[in-house]
Amino acid sequence: MAIDRPALAAGIRLGLGPAGAGFVLALSFGAEAEARGWGVGFPVLFSALAFSGSAQFTLLTALSGGTVAAAIASAALINGRYLVMSVALNDSLHGSRLTRALQAQALVDASFVFAHRNDGRYDVSRLIGASLPQWVAWVLGTAVGALTAPSPDLMHRLGLDVVFPAFFLVLALDEVRRSRRALAASLLGAVVAAGLLVVTDPGYALLGATVAALIGLLPEPELEREETS
Amino acid sequence: MKLWLAALAVTVVNWLMKAGGPLLMGERKLPPAAVRVVVLIAPVLLAGLIVTELGAKRLDWTQLAGVGAAGILSVVRVPLLLAVATGIVLTAAIRLLIG
Repeated sequence: MAIDRPALAAGIRLGLGPAGAGFVLALSFGAEAEARGWGVGFPVLFSALAFSGSAQFTLLTALSGGTVAAAIASAALINGRYLVMSVALNDSLHGSRLTRALQAQALVDASFVFAHRNDGRYDVSRLIGASLPQWVAWVLGTAVGALTAPSPDLMHRLGLDVVFPAFFLVLALDEVRRSRRALAASLLGAVVAAGLLVVTDPGYALLGATVAALIGLLPEPELEREETS
Repeated sequence: MKLWLAALAVTVVNWLMKAGGPLLMGERKLPPAAVRVVVLIAPVLLAGLIVTELGAKRLDWTQLAGVGAAGILSVVRVPLLLAVATGIVLTAAIRLLIG
């Protein structure tokens, strides 16, 4: 696959913001892992290979309170959304099946959104570019967190829990400007996620929220067709 | 050893999830109806992420204030990083003031 260098560079620039947010989250992961006796090297290696905050936090939490099999199953299910995203991405990937499977390893939430083009397809070079700084920040943040173990109270006082939801809100505002249908699906997704959050963990609530995208199966109104054409 | 195997299993499952599209779909293209669904996954995912980030624990109005400020600044076309940084500073300042 030929990498589109300008798109890759644009992706790297876009990825710097969520990379900063990921660094903060990785600090928490590294600190918590070290506190639970995982040491320093192991969580860093886990972050480098898995590159998945939701699955890593789930395993860390679930291993403390249950069986290994249940912890692995929870961590896997929580990333079920990547399967949905990967299917969405497939038409935009290039090369053999294996090459496309490798390109899809760049999938993380923010990069998937950055790669989303107005025509509904995905820019793979931008996806890879956006994931590069996020991966570096994720691994580095885990190492710094495990080595320095900042307290959750300090991170709370510094307002660092604002980072991720604020980024997602700003990105969501850009997305819903694309069409009324995107706005409707977002609102429905938020309602579904909020409802599920009452009865289950955030990862499952997030996966459940993706059913709101089924709004896309409804016939397209004339007005919307004119807006998006 | 148990911990290493658990982490390895999660890592491999994660790789397979991300590779799921090409592995399951191959060269087949999505039908038009599925494409219309796929287009909506990014905005829906973002909405879900906002809700789960804000609501996973007890709702915290100081956090909501910072996130809301970032959103408002974004609507008036303030650059992304500046909008988010302002939200962080606002929340930190409120927490400092209310002790």
